[in-house]
Amino acid sequence: MSEAAKTPYRPPVSELGPSQTSYTSITDKISGIVLTKNTPLAWFLCFALGFLLLHGFMIGVPYLLFEGVGIWGINNPIGWGWAIINFVWWIGIGHAGTLISAILLLFRQRWRTSINRAAEAMTIFAVLCAAQFPLFHTGRPWLACYWLLPYPNSMDIWPQFRSPLIWDVFAVSTYLTVSLVFWFVGLVPDLASLRDRAKNRIAQVIYGVLALGWRGSAIHWERYEMASLLLAGLSTPLVLSVHSVVSLDFAVGLIPGWHTTIFPPYFVAGAIYAGFAMVLTLMIPMRLIYGLDDFITERHLNNMAKVMLASGLIVGYGYFMEQLIAWYSASVYEGFMMKNRMQGPYGPYYWALILCNIVVPQLLWFRHFRTSMFWLFFISQFINIGMWLERFVIVVTSLHRDFMPSSWDMFHPTIWDIAIYAGTIGLFIVLFFLFVRGLPMISIHEIRNLLVSGDHK
Amino acid sequence: METRKNIDLSAIRARLEAAQGQEYWRSLDQLAQTEEFAAMVQREFPEQAAELKDPVSRRNFLKLMSASLALGGLSGCTIQPSEKIVPQVRAPENVIPGKPQYFASAASLGGIGMGILVESHMGRPTKIEGNPEHPSGSRGSNALVQASILDLYDPDRSQTVKNAGRISAWSIFLADLTQRMSLHESDGGVGLRILTQTVTSPTLGHQLQALRARFPQAQWHQYEPVNRDNARAGAQMAFGAPVHAFYDLTKAKVILSLDADFTSSGAGNVRHARDFAAGRRVRNGSKASNRLYAVESSPTATGSIADHRLALGTAHIEALALKVAQGLGIDWKGPSVPVDFSAHDAWIAALVDDLKSNPGQSLVLAGDQQSPAVHALAHAINHALGNADTTVHYTEPLEVESVDQRESLSALVADMNAGKVESLFILGGNPVYDAPVDLDFASALDKVGYRVHLGLYDNETSELCHWHIPESHFLEAWSDTRAHDGLATIVQPLIRPLYKSKSAHDLLAVLTGQPGIPDLDIVRQYWESQGLDAIAWRRALHDGFVEGARPEAQSVELGTLQLPATTGSLPEEEDLEIHFRPDPMVWDGRFANNAWLQETPKPITKLTWDNAALVSPATAERLRLESEFLAELRFDGRAINAAVWVVPGQADGVVTMHLGYGQQRSGRVGRDTGFNAYALRPTAALWSGGGLQVNASYDGYRLACTQDHQTMEGRNFVRQASLDYYQSHPHFAHEGTHDPPDDLTLHNRTDHQYTGYAWGMVIDLGSCIGCNTCAMACQAENNIPVVGKDEVLNGREMSWVRVDRYYKGSRDNPEIVHQPVPCMQCENAPCELVCPVAATTHSDEGLNDMTYNRCVGTRYCANNCPYKVRRFNFLQYADRDTESLKLQRNPDVTTRSRGVMEKCTYCVQRINQARIEAKKAKRTIGDGEIVTACEQACPTESIIFGDINDPNSRVSALKASPLNYGILTELNTRPRTTYLASIKNPNPKIVEA
Repeated sequence: MSEAAKTPYRPPVSELGPSQTSYTSITDKISGIVLTKNTPLAWFLCFALGFLLLHGFMIGVPYLLFEGVGIWGINNPIGWGWAIINFVWWIGIGHAGTLISAILLLFRQRWRTSINRAAEAMTIFAVLCAAQFPLFHTGRPWLACYWLLPYPNSMDIWPQFRSPLIWDVFAVSTYLTVSLVFWFVGLVPDLASLRDRAKNRIAQVIYGVLALGWRGSAIHWERYEMASLLLAGLSTPLVLSVHSVVSLDFAVGLIPGWHTTIFPPYFVAGAIYAGFAMVLTLMIPMRLIYGLDDFITERHLNNMAKVMLASGLIVGYGYFMEQLIAWYSASVYEGFMMKNRMQGPYGPYYWALILCNIVVPQLLWFRHFRTSMFWLFFISQFINIGMWLERFVIVVTSLHRDFMPSSWDMFHPTIWDIAIYAGTIGLFIVLFFLFVRGLPMISIHEIRNLLVSGDHK
Repeated sequence: METRKNIDLSAIRARLEAAQGQEYWRSLDQLAQTEEFAAMVQREFPEQAAELKDPVSRRNFLKLMSASLALGGLSGCTIQPSEKIVPQVRAPENVIPGKPQYFASAASLGGIGMGILVESHMGRPTKIEGNPEHPSGSRGSNALVQASILDLYDPDRSQTVKNAGRISAWSIFLADLTQRMSLHESDGGVGLRILTQTVTSPTLGHQLQALRARFPQAQWHQYEPVNRDNARAGAQMAFGAPVHAFYDLTKAKVILSLDADFTSSGAGNVRHARDFAAGRRVRNGSKASNRLYAVESSPTATGSIADHRLALGTAHIEALALKVAQGLGIDWKGPSVPVDFSAHDAWIAALVDDLKSNPGQSLVLAGDQQSPAVHALAHAINHALGNADTTVHYTEPLEVESVDQRESLSALVADMNAGKVESLFILGGNPVYDAPVDLDFASALDKVGYRVHLGLYDNETSELCHWHIPESHFLEAWSDTRAHDGLATIVQPLIRPLYKSKSAHDLLAVLTGQPGIPDLDIVRQYWESQGLDAIAWRRALHDGFVEGARPEAQSVELGTLQLPATTGSLPEEEDLEIHFRPDPMVWDGRFANNAWLQETPKPITKLTWDNAALVSPATAERLRLESEFLAELRFDGRAINAAVWVVPGQADGVVTMHLGYGQQRSGRVGRDTGFNAYALRPTAALWSGGGLQVNASYDGYRLACTQDHQTMEGRNFVRQASLDYYQSHPHFAHEGTHDPPDDLTLHNRTDHQYTGYAWGMVIDLGSCIGCNTCAMACQAENNIPVVGKDEVLNGREMSWVRVDRYYKGSRDNPEIVHQPVPCMQCENAPCELVCPVAATTHSDEGLNDMTYNRCVGTRYCANNCPYKVRRFNFLQYADRDTESLKLQRNPDVTTRSRGVMEKCTYCVQRINQARIEAKKAKRTIGDGEIVTACEQACPTESIIFGDINDPNSRVSALKASPLNYGILTELNTRPRTTYLASIKNPNPKIVEA
């Protein structure tokens, strides 16, 4: 064995910037964002934007409940519209958080520490946004909210376990629960830090309660590490399973454009793709607003861009396979579906999707684009939009012209489709900025740990 | 910039002074009635109408409306009569709660009655079916008859007597009328006029005679916008007498229709459809089929089932009729055979040969809208072919008094203008709206001193009359009518009048000095005078007709035809002609407020809620017209704007406008729908006229078409072959298709065995004419809501069975095929496994059941249905507020709330009804015992339902036929609804040419 193989490889602490040299500097910097009376103006602006958008939800949903889903643009061939597109979009976005916190933890990717807290928060908020749609898109949400759950009842009626929508209920609720627990457990040591540093009595009490009596004893740490590892182990399959199950909503159906075996892996790749784009969309402004250059370094950006590039290529492969199988199947319906995607009335959506998801992200092959905050933010927006378009193409374009030409129709979104979608974006922004203001957006103890295990030891 | 026209202020002042009461006006433009204002209303009205038609705001509107009516004293302040409430110690005979009763009656249109059976639930009529015993009926019916039940319960029906637009009472009217009549009594009724629609009712005729006895100088006029003047004149031309011809299609092997939509409109259409379809049913071994040649200008249901169809304009049809007559060696005087009409010579020659080789077994029918010359030629051809008394029969006219209605109305208007009319009684109809526009009936009416209108609706005519009397619906009053073969038929009411309405008999009883005599007594006394004793009367009521009470059969002598010299002289190539046709759904406008009919797609165009200017693709191209754009139609010095709809199969150079739309006062449903073709229709061109100008515009107008895509995209849904091909390839319906074998499944086939009943349906595409009666019957049976134009535009129509119409072949002369698509009740139903709450499940008899109260509305099932037959209540479509509509509903079928999916159930309520009966009798359900609503209503009997586990059932036999095929079976859905491939019987000579 060579010398190099015997000595464990120790990378330099390139995960952090040069000025973060001690526990104190790290704790000061991160807790300082929360424990201060000076809220940056940019925070107010972003929060205000989110709050404004949230009104679309707060007005749209009561109107929806009052009138029915007919306020949307859906109709008889196109039974699912923006609501389902948005659901899949939000769920996909959530996946990056879980990937970062669980899979990268298991793979000992230490650079994840500076982004995993925010990414996990993003996951939870994205899943919350996503969860609105399956409920409110039903015709009678007041019944759907519990009839889809398997609860014992005097009628002896159970949900229909063959339906992918039931699988969704389980997948999404498990996902939300595990993500929430994982996130909260990770927060406990940092909450204790905040409790100890808070000067305001109310803050002390709140953080104190949330810190669950954390004293930082060795036995606490030992249990904490064990819990984290277990939860990471639990979360890991969820990264693959949740979006696979979501994709089955379509793959189980027999509509051309839905009935495809490639959907589960292709959806998972798409989810990671979209999730990393959203992480970048959030972290780049955070870095600017709070001067987090030391924590979110060029290396982080570079790594995330590489993940995006890789998952984007898998997605591109998925698009290619859809084309290939449509041709190879020699099914008149599949062939027509593909032709209609590209040349039908919704053709521009398909080509915009190719531009956003396939063409533009090819810039990420170049290091220059992977390390430029501007370009990454720019490309991420393309991916955010492209992933939404992908779901539009799957949901609407497949439904609007399926088997019976006599029933073909068009889908035109209404103001309420837009309002409720914008409303969930608002909800997401509001929740995220509340999180940024009230909780440490970077894991303090894990960053500190980097110093221990890194070359500053 | 357009310059604004100056507003004539003095005219405005005059108009305001002339107006009675408070009149609100929107702008000076409105008062001046400038074109700008009219255009503005035109531009604005889709939005305004949309508000009302939007179910959300429509409901609010209804609430406000009913509240305001109540406050206004309409219904809120009536003193309820004191009644004793007595418990029903002894139940009325035969009334069993939950069990419907059926009564025979008749529905008449244009004076021709069709025998019906009306279903009654605890005294409420809920559905109309055909009376199979009746000569004009069959088990089937048509869309208009099916929908007429809704008119009975229409909340917009006229409900009270009105005097000058104000609510009044019958007693006040009677007092006023008595005074008026005493004036007429003195001079024998010189100035007294009655205007009715076509009257075939023997009783009404008798009353009118009595009126004449009392007022010898009084005159009776008849006018109906869709009349049979041309048929009458044609008979006059051919036989010298206005004989009535009726047809027997059972014996006809070769049929030529000269623009006669005989299977779906006009006299005897239901009977014709049945007999015609029976004559071309190529099932199990039968190799004989009749052959239909259709010549028409605008595609109709009849044309679409023809073996050979030509799209020609009026003069071309005349020319064709002349050539056929010439080919059969018929002589005539007048026009020569057109020499410039030679494009279809081979076609005509083949037709003539075909007719010649079927003497006595052929039939030529001329459409009511064709010129008298065409009718006369048709009579001559039938005569030459020896068809008289085999396929065509002649009787005395069915009308009590046969008149040329156009002349009758013109004479009345002339007298009105001359001031000779003192009192005018308009019994039914809406002449202010539908009289020929050049007569200017409204201003003539203004010159009559005393005007009374009896009508179902408070319409344009009632507005201009001193008195408006609400008319009883035909299900509310006794009367009688005649079938298409003349058989007298009793119209039996099913319910006492819902409102304080009167029938024409009531009003005439007053005029003849017998006020207060009930209409039952009037009808009964008449028939007693005709020798009908009590037993015969009961029998007539039970059967629905008076046995043997037919007009005399006429033996006719064909004279030498003297045809107008212009017959068949072709117009210039560029010349455009306009055609006026009764609308397939709202007819002459009388059904405009019937929401079912408004929302049922018209058979060929698939338009709902509007009519349109129909043009052929080539003509549209030439005139630069496009569908859903307004165009100005200028004809005979008048102009209207109408939306254009391009129809493949329309004759080039012909613009067809359907009548009955564009009413301003017809009620909330019909108001402001479509375009008023009557505004262009002069006396001289009631049905068609040349010299039309069409100017395209860039103003859009959305038309609610239920089928956006017209071709099958090469998908094999409708399978068709010629009779010859079928004989050499009996299995052609399965050539080149992938029907998976029965054992192709991942599951154990023995897991699910249908050991009991297994319901299935077969639809014979060979005889489907696409008339939409099945859809209408389904709507009535299953309480299917109406959604309004905007929701149809949104693609949310609710019909459980839709009739798909596809074009085949060339754009200019396409073949038109129809395919009714109900739920396929798949054995491997894709909808069932995706429902998360198990709201749609499979019954052990193979039904794909829908549990409404379990449905949460994810719409996943609809997405996953390859046949797209599931319908979702996106909003609260079912009207739960209007009281009168509640009475109409079928109590055996739930009304669905919003957020719930629904679809065809194979009329599971009827299945269960039969099951109960069978269980009580301890036997199994027999074949034919369950008849689904669509099956029952289908006039061509193209739908067959039954138990496919019963080897002797009709449906099993048909499923075994090589013609039987399922659609999309390659998905392994195993549909229970299958189709019989269509067999056409084209003339080999024409096919070769």
